[in-house]
Amino acid sequence: MRAMCQRLPAKDHQIFQRIQREGISSRSADRPRREVHRLRFLLYELSGYVYHCLPDTERVGGGFMADKTLLKGTEAMAEAALRAGCQVYFGYPITPQSELIEYMAKRMPEIGRTFLQAESEVAAVNMIYGAACTGTRVMTSTSSPGFSLMMEGVSYIAGAVLPAVFINVVRGGPGLGDIQPAQSDYFQGTKGGGHGDYRLIVLSPATIQEAVNMMFDAFDLADRYLNPVLIIADGLLGQMMEPVELPDFLMPDRMPNHDSWALRGKGTRKKHSVTSFDLDPLKLEEMNLANFEKYRKIQQKEVRYEEYLMDDAEVAFVAYGTMGRILKTTIRMAREAGIKAGMIRPITLWPFPEKPIQEAAKKVKMVMSVEMSMGQMVEDVRLAVSGKVPTPFYGRTGGVVPTPTEVFEALKREWEAIV
Amino acid sequence: MGGDCMNGKVAFKRPDSLTAKEFTYCPGCLHGVAHRLVAEVLDELKLTGQTIMVAPVGCSVFAYEFFDVDGTVAPHGRATAVATGIKRSLPDRVVFTYQGDGDLAAIGTAETIHTANRGEKITTIFINNAIYGMTGGQMAPTSLVGMKTTTSPYGRNADSEGYPIHVCELLQNLNGVAYLERVSLLTPKDIIAAKKGIKKAFTAQARGLGYSLIEIVSTCPTNWGLSPVESLEWAKQKMLPEFPLKVFIDKVGDVK
Repeated sequence: MRAMCQRLPAKDHQIFQRIQREGISSRSADRPRREVHRLRFLLYELSGYVYHCLPDTERVGGGFMADKTLLKGTEAMAEAALRAGCQVYFGYPITPQSELIEYMAKRMPEIGRTFLQAESEVAAVNMIYGAACTGTRVMTSTSSPGFSLMMEGVSYIAGAVLPAVFINVVRGGPGLGDIQPAQSDYFQGTKGGGHGDYRLIVLSPATIQEAVNMMFDAFDLADRYLNPVLIIADGLLGQMMEPVELPDFLMPDRMPNHDSWALRGKGTRKKHSVTSFDLDPLKLEEMNLANFEKYRKIQQKEVRYEEYLMDDAEVAFVAYGTMGRILKTTIRMAREAGIKAGMIRPITLWPFPEKPIQEAAKKVKMVMSVEMSMGQMVEDVRLAVSGKVPTPFYGRTGGVVPTPTEVFEALKREWEAIV
Repeated sequence: MGGDCMNGKVAFKRPDSLTAKEFTYCPGCLHGVAHRLVAEVLDELKLTGQTIMVAPVGCSVFAYEFFDVDGTVAPHGRATAVATGIKRSLPDRVVFTYQGDGDLAAIGTAETIHTANRGEKITTIFINNAIYGMTGGQMAPTSLVGMKTTTSPYGRNADSEGYPIHVCELLQNLNGVAYLERVSLLTPKDIIAAKKGIKKAFTAQARGLGYSLIEIVSTCPTNWGLSPVESLEWAKQKMLPEFPLKVFIDKVGDVK
């Protein structure tokens, strides 16, 4: 971010610094909003963000309801995490999430929390496991190849029924891939990745503000269900800047109580053991069944999604994260061209919002999935639709972000094929 | 254990830091002795209530059931990373790992070196018996040249499999280490010396001096294919020349 600021003209740099210091407030009469918007635009351009992808409402007219701070996605998530009560952070640098670990390195000691840079993602995830054993709010962040390395520990944490929060700022793959935004880790996040029968609660934000609010939700879900929670953000969300409203610090009395199982030294009580382990298959089956009973409850209670213009829709798009955001522009283009399009945007990728998609399939003529991948979530969409209507797919891979226009063209082709 | 026979003083009993659960180790295995020494030290330093242990993957995977302290099991090789996570969350607790040679010196080499280098205030009990026990006698990073194992059936060949790793000699160059000693359990005298070393290691941690590791030269009668008595003799003749007993680092000084 510093490097980027240096590329700004001196006057803009001053305004930018002031925005950083004081936040953006609609109440400051002395700061023309137009200046702020111009600066935002400039920053998007500088960070390589495709500004025209933003729907109008989010472009300039969204209005600023309260004091806002201009923050990069990774930094906003980091600040939100510590406000949500994250006590300990372990991580390892990897693009495009390195600003998150850097932010934590600076901020955590400032407020008396713990930060440690591990020697690898393998070590980092096991430090997370250790901290989670003590019932401490703990998190890490990484990007695709790093999350692959963490799979061993994620499986152990899920098996040992422990709370922890992970952020995967997804980049293009497979292998070393590239460092551009992608959504090709959907399978890894929602279907396993690690070994054994387990599930992660997987959340996916479409804006930085949503990511900020989601950090609180993520820690709460992890603590309530004693299960690892994964936030899948793509490189775009990680790298772009938006004004965000930061919630207040979580008060200590709202912190979870894990006294009944946490490892803190037995003192005068009976000792606690935390493992993901039983050599007796019947006992291990029992442990897994208990976990799956929990997963069933999560599926009942914790599905989150956004419906966008679905009331009269003839075509339902399904897309998540950045793709879901870009599609709002496509939908507007479609409606102008007479195709009544709407969208179901899954916010929880697991539990997947299959019911609203099932319901939509009864009303619409087509359910079209769009992803920044070769098609991963589309398999869940097709399971939900169960062949009732056509379920075409459009996606770009390798870190390419589809534009609203190219998705609109794809929609027209699919629409003409069925009408 | 009963303590009031004839109003006499209790000379020997099960340490409070061990549970009543019977050890599941093979006959002649020295894990039981090592467990007992660690438990006696925890008792004597009055650390039981504030200790959290990290068991490894391997024969001692059940160690968390034998010690009467809070505990968990780490993935293979990751014990010191897990212990780091615990210690950084609860800096005033005592945390120790108990690891074998495959765990600590093969799959967990990076974690071992970096935990030591950070001077993580934890203690590691490292059992070196030059073989993988639980998986059935495969070659370990500390297996001796020429040693026959199920994965080196013609004997460890230095040309292709390299040489035994000397963990203490590697770690002695790292500034974060506060106490580092190689001991054995092959004679009663060695056992007494081993306990002294373990006590110093935990003292180093309790005083916040840095990382401490005790390497224990041990045996595996089952996978070595020797009787318990023969295996003690074999260890003395073959293991000790390769892994000499020595205090490598001592920043603790005298301990009562």
